[in-house]
Amino acid sequence: MTLLQYDFMVRALLAALVTGLAAPAVGSYLVQRRLALMGDGIGHIAVTGVGLGLLTGTSPVWAAVVVTLLGAVVIELIRERGGTSGDVALALLFYGGIAGGVLVTGLAGGSAQTLQSYLFGSITTVSVADVWTVIGLAAGVIAISLGLAPQLFAVCQDEDFARVLGLRVRLYNVLTSALAAVTVTVAMRTVGLLLVSALMVVPVATAQQLTKGFKVTILTAMLLGAVASVGGVTTSFYVDVPPGSTIVLLALAGFVVAWPIGLWVRRHRQQAQPFDSDEPLPHVAVPESHAHRHGADCGHRAVEHGDHVDYVHDGHRHANHGDHYDEH
Amino acid sequence: MTTMTAVTVRDGNLALGGRPVLRAIDLEVRPGEVVALLGANGSGKSTLVRGLLGLAPWTSGEIRLFGVPHHEFRERHRIGFVPQQVQADSGVPATVLEVVSSGRLAHRRLLWPMRRADRDAVQAALRVVELADRQHDAVAELSGGQRQRVLIARALASEPDLLVLDEPLTGVDRHNQLAVRDSMRAMVATGATVLVVLHELGALAELIDRAVVLRDGRVTYDGPPPADDLLDELHAHHHPRPASSWPLRGGGPL
Repeated sequence: MTLLQYDFMVRALLAALVTGLAAPAVGSYLVQRRLALMGDGIGHIAVTGVGLGLLTGTSPVWAAVVVTLLGAVVIELIRERGGTSGDVALALLFYGGIAGGVLVTGLAGGSAQTLQSYLFGSITTVSVADVWTVIGLAAGVIAISLGLAPQLFAVCQDEDFARVLGLRVRLYNVLTSALAAVTVTVAMRTVGLLLVSALMVVPVATAQQLTKGFKVTILTAMLLGAVASVGGVTTSFYVDVPPGSTIVLLALAGFVVAWPIGLWVRRHRQQAQPFDSDEPLPHVAVPESHAHRHGADCGHRAVEHGDHVDYVHDGHRHANHGDHYDEH
Repeated sequence: MTTMTAVTVRDGNLALGGRPVLRAIDLEVRPGEVVALLGANGSGKSTLVRGLLGLAPWTSGEIRLFGVPHHEFRERHRIGFVPQQVQADSGVPATVLEVVSSGRLAHRRLLWPMRRADRDAVQAALRVVELADRQHDAVAELSGGQRQRVLIARALASEPDLLVLDEPLTGVDRHNQLAVRDSMRAMVATGATVLVVLHELGALAELIDRAVVLRDGRVTYDGPPPADDLLDELHAHHHPRPASSWPLRGGGPL
């Protein structure tokens, strides 16, 4: 494989793989808490971190980690206070973050070009040291996301109930935000700050078109994220396109394919949904003459209903009743 | 404390956002009792259970759970909570089994998988609410009444000594109300204490040992379950009679 003969491509693929696995893992919890845009907000704050890193001559990645972690804690505290003012406060924080970042980068003498490599990613310029940082951070994110899954799931599902269980809800909420913050900085080099949120959310949205449970959703989303990331980097090697946007467009393509399938599957399931009540129904015969005989393979969907079977027929259900059919 | 109670509230006061919601509450629930908390909307009955569960802060009073001051109470697995049902689905699908399993967390150690006893308790809870056959289905696919039963199973998975339910019959059809009653009866048979917030006794009447009626944050009745017409009288202030039964005076709307 010619692709793997280049060291920078091997590094890029490794970074893409771990980012693609980590981002949807955290994204699942954000989507579950209905905070799908949180990654976006943290991405904005990270710009300030990058700027500070450039200004002080330290690593932009580590500066971004520190700044986004602080931002994540502040977001959680604001969110906990609740209400619409919390929503506005978050917006203030986000826009302050991006404006501050651009300003500080300017002060540091960085060009638009420098900032752009963080906003849109520059995976092929990842250094050896950066790859190890990215792998280390992503591994930590994945380990915590999966290891504490029962607790994080309970807190994201129902905060009050989790509190009654004795879980430290605030701690877990801050932890989720912190995981998101670290993921943003990890993905910064791969897809860029502006598209980070897409890699956290889109694979989850795709996975849940076809899944019924949380565990299978998070694992499927991680797989989809990894495939899109590695696929995007590979594509950009052969075709001259930016890797970051290719990754996100691949992820979106997955959603476009999964969505109609999910729609059909859910419809199909709804049709077979048995009635909830077992109280007897009033007798209503099918009004039109009904020449068709329903049977095991008559082509109509059979749905169990108490002691007999209903057949789904043009959106209603027919049950055999001697010489005619009843509406059920 | 010489005799152990499941729940004790002495002169409990609770304010939300500075507004007093519960005033001078005295309440005792003995182990094995099934107590209904009744009252009109806004009478403070839900707030009372939220206070007991540590979800709303008391401003003063002595509150004990199983004889332990409530802020020192650590045996969280002894409490099962069935919250008032919220219609909003969570963003990511979850199966019935996953939701019910989360009720077992107070028994589990961090980073440890579920043990045999945990899985058995979850399956037993699913059987009590008769949803064992739907355990791999998404909660979002269930009807409102079935979701209520999922929440009950989640509370039962903890094998609690005290089961607290907040309006378990609201928005639940007759068939599912009876299923809720049967699940509660199964719990009562194991000797558990039950505290249930209700708008009216309805399908649960036969299970209730004692009723406590709240009005404007005070206990106004504590005794055997009242008949439904007496109950109307107990919170009549909040249910104005239909306009036609009011004596007409001078015309114009009231």
